[in-house]
Amino acid sequence: MRFAPHTDGDVREMLSVLGLASVDDLFAQIPSDVRLGRDLDLPAGLSEMELVADLRALAGANRHVDEMVCFAGGGAYDHYVPAAVWALAGRSELYTSYTPYQPEVSQGVLQALFEYQSLICDLTALDVSNASLYDGATALVEAVNMARHATGRSRVLVSEAVDPRYWETLRTYGRGTGYQPEPVAIDGGVTPSPEGGFADDVAAVVIQHPNVFGSLEPAGSLFDAARAAGARAIQVFDPLSLGVLAPPGELGADIALAEGQSLGNHLAYGGPYLGVIASRMQDVRRMPGRIVGETVDVDGRTGYVLTLQAREQHIRREKATSNICTNQTLMAVAATIYLGWLGPRGLEELGRQCHAKAAYAAERLSSISGVDLAYPDAPFFKEFALRTAGDPDEVQRRLIEAGFLAGPVFDAGTDGRDGRVVLVAVTERRSREEIDAFVKAFEEAVS
Amino acid sequence: MTEAKAGSQPGVVGAPVRRTGPPVPSTLRDLSRAGRTAWTLPDLDVPAVDIPDGHGRSTPPDLPEVAERDLVSHFTRLSQRNYGVDTGFYPLGSCSMKYNPKVAEQIAGLPGLQRLHPWQPDATIQGALEMLSRLEHALCEITGMFRATLQPPAGASGELTGLLIMRAYHTKQGDPRTKILIPDAAHGTNPASVTLSGYTPVHVPADRRGLVDLDALHSLVDDQVAGLMLTNPNTLGLFELDIADITRTLHDVGALVYYDGANLNAVLGKARPGDMGFDIVHINTHKTFATPHGGGGPGAGPVAVVERLEPFLPSPMVKQVDDPGADGERRGVRFAWDHDRPDSIGRVHGWNGNFGILVRAYAYVFGHGHDGLTAVGERAVLNANYLAALVRDVYPLAYPDGRPMHEFVSTAKPLRKHGVRAMDVAKRLIDLGFHPSTVYFPLVVEEAMMVEPTETESKEVLDAFAEALHQVAREAESDPDLLHEAPVTTPVRRLDEAKAARELRLTWSMGAELKAAAGAASAASAASAGQQPTV
Repeated sequence: MRFAPHTDGDVREMLSVLGLASVDDLFAQIPSDVRLGRDLDLPAGLSEMELVADLRALAGANRHVDEMVCFAGGGAYDHYVPAAVWALAGRSELYTSYTPYQPEVSQGVLQALFEYQSLICDLTALDVSNASLYDGATALVEAVNMARHATGRSRVLVSEAVDPRYWETLRTYGRGTGYQPEPVAIDGGVTPSPEGGFADDVAAVVIQHPNVFGSLEPAGSLFDAARAAGARAIQVFDPLSLGVLAPPGELGADIALAEGQSLGNHLAYGGPYLGVIASRMQDVRRMPGRIVGETVDVDGRTGYVLTLQAREQHIRREKATSNICTNQTLMAVAATIYLGWLGPRGLEELGRQCHAKAAYAAERLSSISGVDLAYPDAPFFKEFALRTAGDPDEVQRRLIEAGFLAGPVFDAGTDGRDGRVVLVAVTERRSREEIDAFVKAFEEAVS
Repeated sequence: MTEAKAGSQPGVVGAPVRRTGPPVPSTLRDLSRAGRTAWTLPDLDVPAVDIPDGHGRSTPPDLPEVAERDLVSHFTRLSQRNYGVDTGFYPLGSCSMKYNPKVAEQIAGLPGLQRLHPWQPDATIQGALEMLSRLEHALCEITGMFRATLQPPAGASGELTGLLIMRAYHTKQGDPRTKILIPDAAHGTNPASVTLSGYTPVHVPADRRGLVDLDALHSLVDDQVAGLMLTNPNTLGLFELDIADITRTLHDVGALVYYDGANLNAVLGKARPGDMGFDIVHINTHKTFATPHGGGGPGAGPVAVVERLEPFLPSPMVKQVDDPGADGERRGVRFAWDHDRPDSIGRVHGWNGNFGILVRAYAYVFGHGHDGLTAVGERAVLNANYLAALVRDVYPLAYPDGRPMHEFVSTAKPLRKHGVRAMDVAKRLIDLGFHPSTVYFPLVVEEAMMVEPTETESKEVLDAFAEALHQVAREAESDPDLLHEAPVTTPVRRLDEAKAARELRLTWSMGAELKAAAGAASAASAASAGQQPTV
C-alpha cells in the first residue's frame, strides 16, 4: 500500500532540479551514529486486499454487539445512530479537513461547531460551550481546572457515585496540577448533602446525575450547598436524559460536562468519543479548547471564526487555560446532526422510552430469586445496579454465552462496602422481547 | 469588488458563490419550524412510567425542529463550504496533511471493530487486543522504544502523559526537580503541557543555524532540570545535527529527553528517536499515520518509552497471557488488559484511547510495511526540498544554510516593501485554488510561511503551487490590492476576528437582541440604497 504518486521519472527530474544524485543525499546530513542503517523490523507492505483480509480476521476474533444483545452501560450506550448522521459527517470535505485556521475555506466545520455549541447550551440551559474535549473523564479534569482558577481555591470534592474511571483520570492529572480529589461519601446509592454545608476552601463539588449506578441524585440541593460555600457546582450529566430530566442549568450547576458518545457516535471499543462541556458566562474566559464565534466578513455577510484564542495554547503557551489542540471535532459534528435529527420531541420520546424500558427490566430482574437492586430506594434513569447471589463476573460470563452483554461489573459504594454489582442499561433499542429473553437468561445465569 | 484573474480556479471550495438575492436561512435554528420532525422510534412496548417527582423537566428542551431532508441539505451545503485534503493540496506545516486512505475508513467501520462495547470482558475482544498489541510493538520498532501506551487521544495529551511519566520517574528517584527545557520555536502545546504537569518551562534559544544553541543548553542544564522537549527535525524543518550531544548532556545530569513526534514523517525508516537518545516519544497518528484530521480531531497520541520508564506508563496496558489457565485456554484468551501496574501514572483517558483511530493507524502501518514506511519518509523529504528549491528565490528560507527535511520555513518579508504580508499571500493562494501553508508560525520567524507538502502530492501539484506563489509575488508588486482584497472566490471573504472576540456571539441565543438590531440597521440602509441584503 503506497500513496506517494512519484514515478521513477518524477524522482529523477526532481533530483535533477535539486542537483542531487540520489534520494539518499537528502538524508546525508543525519549523523551516522543515529542513522538506522537497516530495514525496520516490520513485515513488508500489503496490497489493499491483503490488508482488508488481515483486519477482517482480527475483527472476526471479537464478539460484537450485533451478535449479542447489549444491556451494558457505564457511560457508553447502545443508542440508535440514524443513517443521516454518518452519511453527512462522513463527507470527506469535513473529515479530511483540519483546524479552521483559514476560516474562509472552513465555514462548513466552523458553522457546524457553532451549531454544536448552541445545541449543547440549549440542551443544558447553560450559556457557553466549546468545540469539544476528548471524552467525559478528561472534560471533568478541565471543569475542575476551571473551578480552581475561578475560585482561587484548591480542594476538589467528588461524589463516590461518580464513575470510577473519572476518579482515576482526575487523580492522574491532579498530580500535575497540584490537587487530589477528595471523596464525598454516598449512602444508599446517592450523595447526601453534608451537614453544615461545604467548607469555604472548596473549589469544586462534583456530582454525577444520573450517577454511575443510574440513580438520580438530589442534585439541586447539592448544587445550592456548593454555591453557598462559594464553590463551583459541577455536574456530570447524561446528554440523552435531558429530554425528560431537568437540565444542569435549571438544577443550579455552574459547569456541566458529559460523555457525548451517545450523541450519534459509535461504541467503537471506547473511542473516538466526545467530551461535552458547558458553563455559565462567568467562566467563558476560563473555558478550555477551541470556541467558535459568529462574526461578519468585509461585505457584511455572516460567517464563523475561532475566537477568544488568547485562552489557547498557540497564543498563551505556558499560561493557556489548557494544552488541548486537536480535539474531537468530527464527533461534535456527528452530535450536531444527531440532535438536529432527534429534535425536542424525539429527545423527549427517547428519554421516556429508556426510562420505561429500564423500569420494566428492573422490576422483572429484581423479582428473580438471588437478584436484587443494589439501591432499591433510589429512583434511576436508563440503568441500574444489581447484586447477585454468587459471583457477578460469572453471571456476566454466562450471560455472554447466552448472547447478552451486561456490565460493567465493579465494586459499589464507599470502599466497596455495597458489594460487587453488575450494571444493566436499557436504551430505546431494546425491545420488550429482548428484555424478556434477557430476564430469562439472567435467571438461568444465577441458578 | 475585484474578480479573480483569468487562469485561476474560482469557487475552489465547491459550492457556487452567490453574492445577491434573498437571504437564505443559515443555521438549524433558522430552518426550524414548530412541528417539523426527522426522528422516528418504534412505539413504546412496555408500560410508560412517570419521571420521579422533582426530577423532571419543567419545560420541553428548546431544540430546533427540522425535517430530515432539510437537515441533509443543510449539512451537505456546509460540507461544500469546506476544504479538506480530499479537495486538494493542504500544506500546513508540522500537520502532515497527507492523503487519508479510504480503505482505513472501510476497515474502521467493520462491525467487529466498531460495534464493541468498551466494557466487554477480555475474552470477547481478543482481536481488538491483538490489534492493539501489534500496533504498539510496531510503533516501538519505528521509534526505537521499548513499550507504548495507546491511551492518549491526541498529541498534546501525549505530551502531558510523557511529562507526568517524567514526574513519576524523578519522584520515585527521590529527586522531584522543577524545570523543563523547551526550544523557543516549540509548538504551543509544549509549554502549556509543561505548566499542567507542575513544572516550570525554561526556553532554550536557537543558534544562527536555527538549531538548539549548544552553549546556551549547557548553561541551562542543571540538577533542577527534569527534562528537555524537542522535535527532530525541529519546527523549522531542520534536523538537529547535534542531537546525540544534546541527549547526552541531559542524561549526564540525570534528566530525561522527550521527543515531540509531530515531525516523525521526515525520518521514518531512516532514523529513530530511541537511537538519538530520546527516552519518551509521542506519536501523532493523525499526522504521520494518516488518520483523518476530522476538522480538528479526533486524533491519537500514543506515547512510547525506554525500558526504565515502562513501569510509569498509564494503566492498563495490553499484555500477552503466558498462562491463561485451563479456562482461559478453553476460551482462547491470549491477550488481556494488565491493571497490575503499581508505579503507573494511572489513567489518562476515560476509556481505551481513540480505538477507532488506532484501527486506522494499524491499517496504515501494516498496509505500508517496512518498505512503504521508508518510502514515505523519502518522498516527503524529496517533495519538501523540491518545492523549497522552486520558491526560495522569492520566499527566502528563514535559515538558508541548512537543508530542510519534510517541511521548510520561508519568509514573506521581501514583499513587505509592497505593503503585502504573509496573510495576504495566504488569502490570495485561496483564490488561486490552494489551501495555504501555515503562516505566522514558528513565532521566531517574521512573516513566516511553514510549508509541509507531504509525500502524497505529485510533482504537478508542487509545480502548480510554486507557480501560484510566484504569481502572488509578481502581483504583490504590480497589483497589491488584488492580494489585500483576497479571497474573493469563497463563500465568505475576510472575517472580522476582532469583532468576534469583542462582541461575543458563541451560540445562536447569545447576543440575539444585538443581532436583531444590527439586522434591522443593515436592512434599512440596504433598502435605502435600493439593494437586496447580501448573503
